[in-house]
Amino acid sequence: MREFNETLLSVENISLSFGAVKALTNISFEIKKGEVLAIIGPNGAGKTSMLNVINGFYHPQEGVITFRGEKRRQMKPYDAARQGIARTFQNVALFKGMSTLDNIMTGRNLKMKSNILSAAFYLGPAKREEIEHRAVVEEIIDFLEIQAIRKTPVGRLPYGLQKRVELGRALAAEPDLLLLDEPMAGMNLEEKQDMSRFILDVNDQFGTTIALIEHDMGVVMDISDRVVVLDYGRKLADGTPDEVKNNQEVIEAYLGVGH
Amino acid sequence: MLYREAGQFKTSYAADQAIFPLAQDRIGMAIILAVAFIAIPAVANEYWLQTIMIPFLILSLAALGLNVLTGYAGQLSLGTGGFMAVGAFAAYKFATAFPEMNIIVVFLISGLISAAVGIVFGVPSLRIKGFYLAVATLAAQFFLLWLLVKYPWFYNYDPSGVISAPPIDIFGFAIDTAVSKYMLTLIIVSVLALATKNLVRSHIGRGWMAIRDMDIAAEIIGFRPLTTKLSAFAVSSFLVGVAGAMYAFLYLGSVEAAAFDITTSFNILFMVIVGGLGSVLGSFIGAAFILTLPIFLDNFPRMLGFEISVETVTHLQFMIFGALIIFFLIVEPHGLARLWTITKEKLRAWPFPY
Repeated sequence: MREFNETLLSVENISLSFGAVKALTNISFEIKKGEVLAIIGPNGAGKTSMLNVINGFYHPQEGVITFRGEKRRQMKPYDAARQGIARTFQNVALFKGMSTLDNIMTGRNLKMKSNILSAAFYLGPAKREEIEHRAVVEEIIDFLEIQAIRKTPVGRLPYGLQKRVELGRALAAEPDLLLLDEPMAGMNLEEKQDMSRFILDVNDQFGTTIALIEHDMGVVMDISDRVVVLDYGRKLADGTPDEVKNNQEVIEAYLGVGH
Repeated sequence: MLYREAGQFKTSYAADQAIFPLAQDRIGMAIILAVAFIAIPAVANEYWLQTIMIPFLILSLAALGLNVLTGYAGQLSLGTGGFMAVGAFAAYKFATAFPEMNIIVVFLISGLISAAVGIVFGVPSLRIKGFYLAVATLAAQFFLLWLLVKYPWFYNYDPSGVISAPPIDIFGFAIDTAVSKYMLTLIIVSVLALATKNLVRSHIGRGWMAIRDMDIAAEIIGFRPLTTKLSAFAVSSFLVGVAGAMYAFLYLGSVEAAAFDITTSFNILFMVIVGGLGSVLGSFIGAAFILTLPIFLDNFPRMLGFEISVETVTHLQFMIFGALIIFFLIVEPHGLARLWTITKEKLRAWPFPY
């Protein structure tokens, strides 16, 4: 059992609604620095909405988000990226016309500063910068074991590999907080095992804090330090996998109420 | 066989990131450049240079500019003609106001002015996409031409509304023959094509493509839609503006605003679509196709010895031209540049099946 004390991000009393539809109601939880947190819940529970709130895609009507001790005002997704929050999507959101290498290189964009003129003539600094970042990206490619497909357009890759490339793109930003939206959806057992291994390795080697949404309970219980359960936009439970597993409300949300 | 990368090992990222990492490509490019810089000026007559090669190069540059915006950044534009006009008139104003200014500097400034105008008309792209943006850029086309006709200041109060390029020279070297104009055009187009190629391979170009392929994801990994889209508009309008200035100064000599009407915009859009969206090579192939095919169709019946009236030729030309565009779009919707890519993939294994 790992112990985490420092809070990286906390959400307090978040409420989000679209017109009359309440997506999230009064949700509070914390993400501790260095942990793997799973957010689970039935379909439509508000899990993805929660991630969208964290990385600035949705703006909640109420509530406060504190990231690294600073209260956050309304922000745009690229500001969140700038602060060190990266994410992947439920439906793969890669840049289909670009190769694996270029896709992961886009993840480095915030660290690339060369201006338009030096880039156009590929002068010293621009070239040096490009090669420097290429070296970092190659490390990520090695890490994710996708060397063979680095020049392949991602549109041609099978789904499991696309998910892996997307993880690579998020990692390229060297985030403090990594949000993964169903990283294992639609994968077979082996791909799930690989992905679980990568997630744990990322957490272990880079110390990246990870918040993930996942439906595969086996995976969730195995790899997460803590689990937050949402249902109908409310928080049902929050605790270690074992605590959550035995929580009566959670069992009822998933299996229905016994009569 | 012919196009194998086998045996060509790269030992550094710099080598792997070269524009032409393969020796075959480098040789091919060297041959093309040798033909363009040495063979064509030596062999081609004035008609060939003046009516085919110079407009081909200039329109390739305009197509390249549109390709940056539409092919790479995914922002559909119908305002190309308008931006060419801005470039042409800006060059005219500067060349007449400062006759001693170097013509290349004049072209660059015209490009920058066109880029500034492009940024202004690119602002709507932050809110609208696709066909709606196309309509907004159409407004640029009509507004800019109207402006350039409406205010005589733009054409120095010439009663006919025509701008005539003053005689140009570079470092005392007069640019008055077809060969010298061709060489100047070729040098400018080559340099700008190289710069564009570098740009689309850089983090700036990746930002454009990211916005094109999946704008939400692009924003979430940190590309600001504002700067990314407007930089595409700026670079695109710069290239198109320089092309417009060259069109007036090196190709037509004297030109009125109406020469850059909506037909020009459509023609350049067709070049980009037929040649290949998101391909530097495609811009050149598309320009060659759209420009030379009508000339070829004009002369083809006569070459075969048919005696057909001029009107029939014109009608035939339209029909065959349209049919060929449709044919190529069905065979290869991604443009002629993709056909070339597929050919290269086939040549890897040829003559073996795999």
